[in-house]
Amino acid sequence: MELVEAIILSVLAASTPLLIAATGELVTERSGVLNLGVEGMMIVGAACGFGGAWLTGSILIGALFGIIAGVLMSLIFALMALGLAVNQVATGLALTILGIGLSGLIGAGFVGERLTPAAHLYISGLTDIPLVGRVLFGEDAFVYFSIALIVGVWWFLYRTRAGLILRACGDNHISAHALGYPVLRIRTLAVMFGGACAGLAGAYLPLAYTPFFIPGMTAARGWIALALVVFASWRPGRLVVGAYLFGAVTILQLHAQGWGVGIPSQFMSALPYLATVIVLVLLSRARTGGSTAPAALGIVFVPDR
Amino acid sequence: MRKSLLALAAGLLLAGSVSAASAADKLKVGFIYLGPIGDLGWTYQHDQARLALEKELGDKIETTYLENVPEGPDAERAIEQLVRAGNKLIFTTSFGYMDPTLKVAKKYPNVHFEHATGYKREKNMSTYSSRWYQGRYIQGLIAAKMSKSGVLGYIGSFPIPEVVSGINATMIAAQSINPNIKVKIIWANTWFDPGKEADAAKALIDQGADVIMQHTDSPAAMQIASERGKLAFGQDSEMIKFGPKTQLTSILDTWAPYYIARVKAELDGTWKSEDTWGGLDSHMFAMAPYTNMPDDVKKIAEDAQAAITAGKLHPFKCPVIGQDGKEIECKGGANLDDGQILGMNFYVKGIDDKLPGK
Repeated sequence: MELVEAIILSVLAASTPLLIAATGELVTERSGVLNLGVEGMMIVGAACGFGGAWLTGSILIGALFGIIAGVLMSLIFALMALGLAVNQVATGLALTILGIGLSGLIGAGFVGERLTPAAHLYISGLTDIPLVGRVLFGEDAFVYFSIALIVGVWWFLYRTRAGLILRACGDNHISAHALGYPVLRIRTLAVMFGGACAGLAGAYLPLAYTPFFIPGMTAARGWIALALVVFASWRPGRLVVGAYLFGAVTILQLHAQGWGVGIPSQFMSALPYLATVIVLVLLSRARTGGSTAPAALGIVFVPDR
Repeated sequence: MRKSLLALAAGLLLAGSVSAASAADKLKVGFIYLGPIGDLGWTYQHDQARLALEKELGDKIETTYLENVPEGPDAERAIEQLVRAGNKLIFTTSFGYMDPTLKVAKKYPNVHFEHATGYKREKNMSTYSSRWYQGRYIQGLIAAKMSKSGVLGYIGSFPIPEVVSGINATMIAAQSINPNIKVKIIWANTWFDPGKEADAAKALIDQGADVIMQHTDSPAAMQIASERGKLAFGQDSEMIKFGPKTQLTSILDTWAPYYIARVKAELDGTWKSEDTWGGLDSHMFAMAPYTNMPDDVKKIAEDAQAAITAGKLHPFKCPVIGQDGKEIECKGGANLDDGQILGMNFYVKGIDDKLPGK
């Protein structure tokens, strides 16, 4: 039973950065912008987040540094892809390459330093409940925040007027423009939100997961976050399922190896990706017609044309 | 995609800097690195050796490096860039650079190449590696002495002979102390992903392992062991900072003496293609101080280190018993021969696991 609890704790920790980054990208894509620079924004968030926490000794300030760094990175993307109407795919890839280089430069002074990781919640009595205590009442703040974040995003997208307008921009920017909505301003805000989330997700790694900074430590998690948005067919509810499923398969395959299950480890390492592919196939078969992707996703919009 | 673009960008940058530099009469020495120089592990140690090289021979040589070069075809372009930039001696520091290095070496017979941990050579391409299994043997002795649960946790990168021989050396040593010792092995299938390495360490500890060893590059596992109050061994570099009360020792890659010797040979015009596989005796690697253990365990480790250095103790002394209980053919007289160790694709007796792909 203790092992089950330990596994769930590991799954939550492994899924949280994916969930945060994917939530941000989901909002960005719902507004019609495809930002492939998640990995770049994450790694800069990781470097700045660690730097902030290391200089001030505060995890909270570290997290804020990560968010600010992510937003600044996303503004570069917004300037290029929205302001200058450059191809979004190329800009996103460039942002990732820039981010990897920049994070190495920013983090060079912090390599080899170590932090005290983010504290875990402890409520006497509740946290001590066997099996569920630590899972429900013993996580770090990032885990609770990630859940609040995705619930908030769901509420925003489907229960507010602003969310409806954002989705309208993503589905048909010409109509949204004709109705008088400032498409580019809305998209810029969505890109900034995506950047903030990616920066925070990146900062989670050195602040809570593995409390040190090493260049390249995001190890392609930004790309997985991007894939999760597609996996979730751009819906917040499915995103939660996808993120935790991906985390669960990742952790369980490690445990299966430890137990000596006679399946080749290479196959088990590929399982999370295989699961993603299978679910995608099932989803596309179950679809009742029409595409689930925002119709204007990735299409450049120049208002005065 | 991301990595290839990165290599391309790196190549372009280098090409730019090359045209700007005027022809100097200093010997140009180039390095190709797998990771970033700040990875605190494999690449970091190679770069430390490069810096030591510059310090020693800085007035006669000029060094350049390319970091984050992915293994495979992109490496070929990166190596060729170094050649075009006028480097006369080029170190390619990862196993996966083997074929790319060979290809470039055949194309440029006047440039000398040094490839780490591979087995293909040319008259202008040497190979060099370390007998890390010697260090793993010492770690196995310590681990068996220090483990209370009798379960060791081992994080592997890829099931290649170098890693498998490390696991076997560890277990042969551990069984000599405690015949019932168990090892749990998790393959990360990556050399570097701190998050995944941490997850693997957590899984091993959750399943009862109390001494963690790793053959992956980041200090994540050390850090997790430290958080959970367990013991661990570092990898490639000194990791005691991440586990002051956790690190027992660490196998330290010390490439500097080799690099300095090879560059000196190049300067003297005596460089020739060689296959160097050095161990504790030739200082290709060193053991970090033995810490967090009682004096008697420390003594066992130090004695084993001295015996291996003096050539009196060989980790793969015959008979070596395979997983199926059968004796492994002893090709090296008293020990397994180098070919058997370099190509090791079996587990020894006492490992309750299946080697992936077997």
